[in-house]
Amino acid sequence: MSAQNRIKGHGQLSLAKTINFTFDGTTYQGLEGDTLASALLANGVHLAGRSFKYHRPRGILSAGPEEPNALVNIARDSTRSQPNIRATVQELYDGLTAESQNRWPSLAFDFSAINDGLAPFFPAGFYYKTFKWPPKAWDKLYEPIIRAAAGLGKSPAEADPDRYANRYAHCDVLIAGGGIAGLTAALAAAKAGKKIILCDENPNFGGAILYDNALEIDGLSATEWVEKAVAELAALENVRLLTRTTAFGYYAQNFVALAERVTEHMAEPDPALPRERLWQVRAKEVILATGAIERHLVFADNDRPGIMLASAAQKYLNQYGVAIGANVGVFTACDSAWAAAFDLKKAGVNIAAIVDLRDNPPLELQEKAQTCGIRILRGYTVTKTSGRLRVQSISVQPINGGTVEQIRVDALLNSAGWTPSVHLFSQSRGKLKWHQDRDLFLPDIYVQDCISIGACNGTFDENELIAEAQAAGNATRKKAKAIRIENQSSWAGNAIGAAPGAGPSDNVKAFVDFQNDVTAKDIRLAVREGMHSIEHVKRFTTTGMATDQGKLSNMHGLAIAAEQLGKNLPDVGLTTFRAPYTPVTFSTIANHARGPLFDPTRKTPMHQWAVDKGAVFEDVGPWKRAWYFPKAGEDMHAAVNRECVAVRKKAGIFDATTLGKIEITGPDAAEFLNRLYTNPWTKLGVGRCRYGIMCREDGFIYDDGVIGRITDDRFHVTTTTGGAPRVMNHMEDYLQTEFTDLDVHLTSTSEQWAVIAVQGPLAREIIEPLVEGIDLSHEAMPHMSVREGKICGVPTRLFRMSFTGEMGFEINVPADYGESVWQAVYAQGEPRGLTPYGTEAMHVLRAEKGYIIVGQDTDGTVTPHDAGLSWAIGKAKPDFVGKRGMRRPDLVAEGRRQLVGLRTKNPKVVLEEGAQIVATPGQTVPPAIPPAIPMKMIGFVTSSYWSEALGHSIALALVEDGHSLEGDTLYVPMEDRTIEVEVSGCVFYDLDGGRLNGKN
Amino acid sequence: MAKIKMAKARPPHEGRRFANSAISIEQALPASRISLRAGSNELAELTKPLGFKLPSKPGTSKTKSGLSALWLGPDEWLLINNDPQAISKLMENLDAVKCSNVDISHRNTAIIISGKAAEDVLNSGCPRDLSLDAFPPGFCSRTLFGKIEIILWRLSENSFHIEVWRSYSEYLWTFLLDASKDAG
Repeated sequence: MSAQNRIKGHGQLSLAKTINFTFDGTTYQGLEGDTLASALLANGVHLAGRSFKYHRPRGILSAGPEEPNALVNIARDSTRSQPNIRATVQELYDGLTAESQNRWPSLAFDFSAINDGLAPFFPAGFYYKTFKWPPKAWDKLYEPIIRAAAGLGKSPAEADPDRYANRYAHCDVLIAGGGIAGLTAALAAAKAGKKIILCDENPNFGGAILYDNALEIDGLSATEWVEKAVAELAALENVRLLTRTTAFGYYAQNFVALAERVTEHMAEPDPALPRERLWQVRAKEVILATGAIERHLVFADNDRPGIMLASAAQKYLNQYGVAIGANVGVFTACDSAWAAAFDLKKAGVNIAAIVDLRDNPPLELQEKAQTCGIRILRGYTVTKTSGRLRVQSISVQPINGGTVEQIRVDALLNSAGWTPSVHLFSQSRGKLKWHQDRDLFLPDIYVQDCISIGACNGTFDENELIAEAQAAGNATRKKAKAIRIENQSSWAGNAIGAAPGAGPSDNVKAFVDFQNDVTAKDIRLAVREGMHSIEHVKRFTTTGMATDQGKLSNMHGLAIAAEQLGKNLPDVGLTTFRAPYTPVTFSTIANHARGPLFDPTRKTPMHQWAVDKGAVFEDVGPWKRAWYFPKAGEDMHAAVNRECVAVRKKAGIFDATTLGKIEITGPDAAEFLNRLYTNPWTKLGVGRCRYGIMCREDGFIYDDGVIGRITDDRFHVTTTTGGAPRVMNHMEDYLQTEFTDLDVHLTSTSEQWAVIAVQGPLAREIIEPLVEGIDLSHEAMPHMSVREGKICGVPTRLFRMSFTGEMGFEINVPADYGESVWQAVYAQGEPRGLTPYGTEAMHVLRAEKGYIIVGQDTDGTVTPHDAGLSWAIGKAKPDFVGKRGMRRPDLVAEGRRQLVGLRTKNPKVVLEEGAQIVATPGQTVPPAIPPAIPMKMIGFVTSSYWSEALGHSIALALVEDGHSLEGDTLYVPMEDRTIEVEVSGCVFYDLDGGRLNGKN
Repeated sequence: MAKIKMAKARPPHEGRRFANSAISIEQALPASRISLRAGSNELAELTKPLGFKLPSKPGTSKTKSGLSALWLGPDEWLLINNDPQAISKLMENLDAVKCSNVDISHRNTAIIISGKAAEDVLNSGCPRDLSLDAFPPGFCSRTLFGKIEIILWRLSENSFHIEVWRSYSEYLWTFLLDASKDAG
């Protein structure tokens, strides 16, 4: 299809560079440099979408990021499909495929447009009013229907195949917005030698002056001047120019986030490039040159396709060479719309009339209009419009009443004046001030090192703007060279709120917020129903809550609410501007953090060995730990039973590398441990180990682990795997704030050592041949001792300790040697039955011995007494962290949950971890049908396993006053039955601990 | 007693290397490393065993005869000796003076990243200002890269040494390779 509305000799695009695209299945021709919107308009297509609530036909309203109507779905393929793309900013590429949204079966005939006729039944806040009764209908009827109707566009179902990048950057000056103000400031700052980042959301720098054909700057046309300025900046090393880059968030300490769309405009994106790049910029100074956005006028049926912002029409003509109609009306309260009318007239478009709300628009504009032969209607308003899929006529009437005249048009420009884009300023926490004389909110109090220049600062006069920009860019230097401005057009004139004819007494649909279908009437209703703050009005009516975030509607909504309340506009409040300024894809924010980079995965030096042995892994925090090692045909249960038996009968080998390790050094190291752990440490001899418990100030268990004394002033501390970082922080915190008198240093050695646990009756004879310089005999190296020497020729810290109840060793070797030593030990032991075991078997073995796991058998509310560990408290110590906490009345009161063992009456039944425990039979699990006895929980199961060694199940549980219940019967109600259990001590296996010493 | 077979060291990512026209990333060779902690009163004593005066300005480093000291905090330095065998002698020398010396040779591993895009690749994950003014050759800092902690040390204009805990080195490699696609 040819582009019938492209006017030869207008615009900045080359007519020779044609490209094809499709919209709703029809193929059209556009030009290189077009946006999707300009190309559609060139082909006479105004109808671009359906409104959200009423499904009213909507056209292209704007030519920029503020577009509320022309939202389309663009798909390169099934995985690259994105909804809600603004046609006005999407650059055209060859083969672009766009679909309209929110319509069925077609854009021109949309079934749901019936909503428009039913509008009286959908008043503001109808969600809150309508779906109240009957209550049961919410789940079955209302919610499913609302969910089906809700949302705009369809999100893609497949994973995003594109790549996204991130870049942190620092600069002296970040300039957001590369229009005349931003470029001028950049030139000034660059000459002052500052390191600059200049970004603009458009494909080209220049902003609004690119479509100002009259303007002359230093004797050059606006486009020539922009070209020269950009070339000058691009040649400088201290300037980084970023186009297609939106500054979307302004955070603390001049931290600004930019989204750069790298390949979105390419027909065939270069696979070497990321689709989008997030820039996280820390700037010493930020210059905001974000311009202003033209507002629409709020009048009856102001949403018909063909009704457009005046500046948009001017931009489509002067930048893209597209006439938006052949017979165009203009409705305005602002001078700039007159300039648009003159440009269109000059291009051969008939201007049916300029309707100005003002009684006395500037005389020079009126004279110029008369010269061109344009009809002027001063002090008039538009009372209604007609045309279903495209505006056909407007009805005009003097504001103070009088005859209504219908004027035929095929497009209508409108302008209520300009709203400075203070979004980023406001995000920076700057305070705005209302300027009653100009109807503008402008930056007032800055809280960060930032400055607003140009239109976003309310400076519409180009001469003032230049001076402001030069001063901002080059604050310390002498006056910059003057720039000569000629033929600038005026942006004076304003209207906010409903136009005459859409006032309180008129029952018309005058749209304030196009995207969320909010009319002036809706806002008045919200106020009448008691919403007196703009924040309430906003949420009740949803004005300003769509993806455009009210760029066009906010000021109108505020003014209408203020009028209805009889208050001054600033007294109604102003809604908060939030990031992002325009929509940003999730992928851009996630950028590299996907797949393997979503979160680090930590593996031990022996990981690959376990993989090769067919281990199944479990995640323990960021660590991958071998869970169990199934042999062919074994399920988890069988594998774990076999592994447990091997450890009890022969020996097992276990990767304990992930345990946290902290080296505590210094003359006061023992005293530091005295204060941090409940146990006493002073008398622990060199070469000996002790199990320690660490509490928080509140007396609850925080962590535990075995600590070995390497020398007088050097301890090797182990922590739980998950607790390693927080224990280190806890220690540093106390060392730096409370115990500053101690000469101690802490160093994490978690990853210095690979740890190979060899546990079981044969442990000693397996490792003995590999060890040099250490006497492993029971007499020389008893349970809970540590020695330094060599294993397989490399240095080791060898611990004799056990978390299984068997005699055992934990071999610490420098991590690079971990795999090799492991292999040597395995080779040595395998013929004798040495079996690799995983964390599950480890859990069973330790539970058989009643050894707790912090975080499983404790939950942050368990004291050492509760856990049956009173023996580990150094009662003679003057103080330690948690000592006073433990004396709190509620921690010594009766009725505390205490750790006990449980044995099921039926030995084959394994309890569920987390199952609740009651004192009497007959209590059932809610929600049972009454009249069950209400269940009173007195505790719960913390650990539960099948013990192959004992031939029955075992469990640990926290039960109220559990320590005094030994031998009692308790009950565990389940959904289908109640399980009887007997309370026992926590130790199930080898009660006297003889096996630890190689006996029994 | 039969002769004990010596264990073999297997450092992470041994010999791993990536290069394109703008960037080269390689796993550094094993080295000796010590976390050295000492108060201001102890600094003078340390000059002898180290062979030089410890750097005392934030972010600075000093290298002499293969031994480098990186300032990490007012009482904290990272010592790196390129010779992995040097660790025992170094520990011994430091044992003789009042300080905290902990062998972390195997806790950390290092990646060297060089080339004209090194700064950009690092700034994909590291929020520090890596311009030559702010981060000149010899400068070092404990900082972040994506979700992990690293110590970044600039060796020359276009070359950086990254210290990382060994289990995080896989993440670092993956991130650097991903970021390298956006440089060149």
